[in-house]
Amino acid sequence: MAVIAPTIKPAIATRLLRSRSDRRRAVFDRTMRTIALLAALVCVVPLGAVILFVAINGAPALNLDLLTKAPKALGTGGGAASAILGSLQMIPLAALMAIPIGIAAAIYVAEFSGTRSARIVRFAADVLVGIPSILIGIFVFTMLVLPFHQFNAFAGSVALALLMIPVIMRTSEEILRLVPGSLREASLALGIPMWRTVLSVVLRTGLGGILTGVMLAVARAFGETAPLLFTALGSRLVNVGNFSKPMDSLPLFVYTNARAPFTVLNQQAWGAALLLLLIVLTINIAVRARSFRRNVS
Amino acid sequence: MTTVQLPGRSLEGGSGGAADRLFRNGTRVAGSFLVIALIAIGVMLWLSSSQAFGTFGLGFVTGLTWDPVASIYGALPYVVGTILTSLIAVIVAAPIGVLTAIFLAELAPRRLSIPLTFMIELLAAIPSVVFGLWGVFVLGPFLGHTVEAWAVEHLGWIPIFAGPAYGIGLFTAGIILAIMIVPTIVSISREVISSVPASQREAMAALGATRWEIVTKAVLPYARSGIVGAIILGLGRALGETMAVTMVIGNGQDIPHGLFDQAQTIASKIATTFNEASVGIQTSSLIALGFILLVITIALNVVARLLVWRVAGPPGAR
Amino acid sequence: MVTTMTESPTTPAEPPQPVPPVDGPSIRPTVPPPARALPEEGTAAAGSIEVTGLNVFYGPFQAIRDISLTIKPNAVTAIIGPSGCGKSTFLRTLNRMHELTPTARVEGSIRLDGTDIMAPDVDPVQLRRVVGMVFQRPNPFPTMSIQDNVVAGLRLTGRHSQAELDEVTERSLRRAALWDEVKDKLKANGTSLSGGQQQRLCIARALAVDPEVILMDEPASALDPVATLRIEQLMAELRQSYTIVIVTHNMQQAARVSDETAFFTMGEERAGYLVETGRTIDIFTNPKNQLTEDYVSGRFG
Repeated sequence: MAVIAPTIKPAIATRLLRSRSDRRRAVFDRTMRTIALLAALVCVVPLGAVILFVAINGAPALNLDLLTKAPKALGTGGGAASAILGSLQMIPLAALMAIPIGIAAAIYVAEFSGTRSARIVRFAADVLVGIPSILIGIFVFTMLVLPFHQFNAFAGSVALALLMIPVIMRTSEEILRLVPGSLREASLALGIPMWRTVLSVVLRTGLGGILTGVMLAVARAFGETAPLLFTALGSRLVNVGNFSKPMDSLPLFVYTNARAPFTVLNQQAWGAALLLLLIVLTINIAVRARSFRRNVS
Repeated sequence: MTTVQLPGRSLEGGSGGAADRLFRNGTRVAGSFLVIALIAIGVMLWLSSSQAFGTFGLGFVTGLTWDPVASIYGALPYVVGTILTSLIAVIVAAPIGVLTAIFLAELAPRRLSIPLTFMIELLAAIPSVVFGLWGVFVLGPFLGHTVEAWAVEHLGWIPIFAGPAYGIGLFTAGIILAIMIVPTIVSISREVISSVPASQREAMAALGATRWEIVTKAVLPYARSGIVGAIILGLGRALGETMAVTMVIGNGQDIPHGLFDQAQTIASKIATTFNEASVGIQTSSLIALGFILLVITIALNVVARLLVWRVAGPPGAR
Repeated sequence: MVTTMTESPTTPAEPPQPVPPVDGPSIRPTVPPPARALPEEGTAAAGSIEVTGLNVFYGPFQAIRDISLTIKPNAVTAIIGPSGCGKSTFLRTLNRMHELTPTARVEGSIRLDGTDIMAPDVDPVQLRRVVGMVFQRPNPFPTMSIQDNVVAGLRLTGRHSQAELDEVTERSLRRAALWDEVKDKLKANGTSLSGGQQQRLCIARALAVDPEVILMDEPASALDPVATLRIEQLMAELRQSYTIVIVTHNMQQAARVSDETAFFTMGEERAGYLVETGRTIDIFTNPKNQLTEDYVSGRFG
């Protein structure tokens, strides 16, 4: 029996419905979300395109000849054996130099992180990561090639190591930071000296993640060409063990053969590229899949 | 000698004594190696380029001719080539990259975001030479026959779209660079966007905003400087990229006038001519080119990191 | 045993009077606060919420079990109980904010003025303009000025003239008892205010879109006592025009501020459930359930 006074604003039920401008907003919302989805899909199209064409063009060329024969001194034919062997020598040497330094530097920054020197080291690593690899190549050229008037594979390894060190350092540092402080404190409380604590306790806890970072850095070094251009130079001769002379590498092989005016050599470039891609992507997929599974479980 | 431990991180004291000191000094040496290397790179590049800068002065940067025969070296065509290719790369990659980062961080369900993130990381792992090879034989001809041919035919009266459309040149190099820097922009933008506090999104949601409005009105304004930082880091990568660019940019020696001209960047010029260069003024000039590139990339890198830290905090504080 | 109570209004259908703000002289807003339609007898009163059989799940975990209660319009309803018993979860379902969590699932019905808010044709975007929310920690937008913060929600619905925005800004800030403190610095950054002022700014922001119901999730728990008192005074005025639901872990606050109280507690398998609901004065002085009596008198274990 109440009186219904005139309303100034609509009842709630009306307000819950969409007005025209609300419908427009809803449409705009859905449109933009679709565009964002399309952008994400566009990003992965080149991945598929590169893999597809490298596979199509490279598969016919990836044969035993490519893998086992050295390039011919003149003309075409031969294979990428010198390049493969070169990569298999320079990369491990570079890793041998880069891994201890990178991890040690990471330990310094992570464990003594309050100090100003630690901050300076981290800053240096951040800057080094951003330096174009060709400039690293020039630097090593001036230090290790020019004085001896000799392109050499050792300089190539050093250049690759310089590329890897900051990357290994940063990924390792992040892993070490994730190790809980309580672990360190417990170890110290047991009377274990700090150096032992870090090496046996902290490092072991973070080992998986550090290994992941190292493998990814190695994969990256495997595919690098620019730093080797002025150091190891590349070579058509098979060089096993002589780091004081030039050495070829798989990416260098791809580069030189891609620019060669002979189709046969171009095809070899595709074959070598396929091999390179297989190696690099396999390492990446294996490492990421493993860390993904570890994170989930 | 025990001192107070900083929470959880820094270890002081302990019972190791001399061994601990050795450990600390040893790791400090490794850390110093990085600092020394950085300084050494800068110093060596500067010293080696001093002959060129000494001879040409600042005119080196503005010089138009690169003539080994006449011993005159000028960097401008390569500086312009570098800037133009990187600009094209950023113009293409930034919108796509930021939209993708928004999608992956805010809008996508996990069963989409995980595989997509994985694939974008794989894209980042492809070696530069492989991109170059693919660019020379696949992307270049494709762009030459489609986009470039269309532009030359319909817009060729505008100077920058003038032909001929080879497929090899500035434009293709820019596109390949865009593909290569997208993963950088996506991953850093995504990190920045994820660091926006949930309370901001909730506040906007509670006011009756659609999901896209939450992103544009609450998340992006908060993350703005970090996203700019991400784009600058992508730009920095594009500036220094060598192999893929060298293989698809052709061999132009002059300042490019059109989008489809052949050109050279600093990195590609160094890559192609360094080993044939005679030691002396020519090599010094090439290294001087490298020094210019070094200064630009380091400056951009530092600025970009500061911008990212403003939003996402410095590493270790996250 | 408990401190003094506020009197609860008897009927929900009294037309609201313009109220002077806490600070400063009485003013007449250019647009009077909205009148509410007097309902027909027997129909749901405007701004009332009826919850029936509400169950809330996060994935497999049940956070809330079988809650049924009615929230009276133009009143302050406090939800009290120990932490973790689903009070905030419950509050967030009232404006469908639980949907921001992908694994959240809701069963049961929630009716706002008779309309089922979970119905497929009800857009949460629209719902949240009618049911606003203020959060525990003040969260003004740091990239926006004070005025932009206040009208942030309003701007979502399209272009408004500067005059309109200015008017809404003043009206909302007055209703939130913040106008006099910020009227000279509307362009200043939203985060340049103190904690209590920021929270009132967030309340003004919620008021600017003209809701019917305001949900407050422990709105004063991050504030100092003086700021808390102001917020409580504000709630007392706001209930004349709005329905207010507040979650609080502070019993004294609930006793001071609310007209109705609902007591939640944690049941089996950590699912929260409603123990008792009723007039605040009854809950605190004469509860029907032993658990309620234990809680309000401070017994535990």
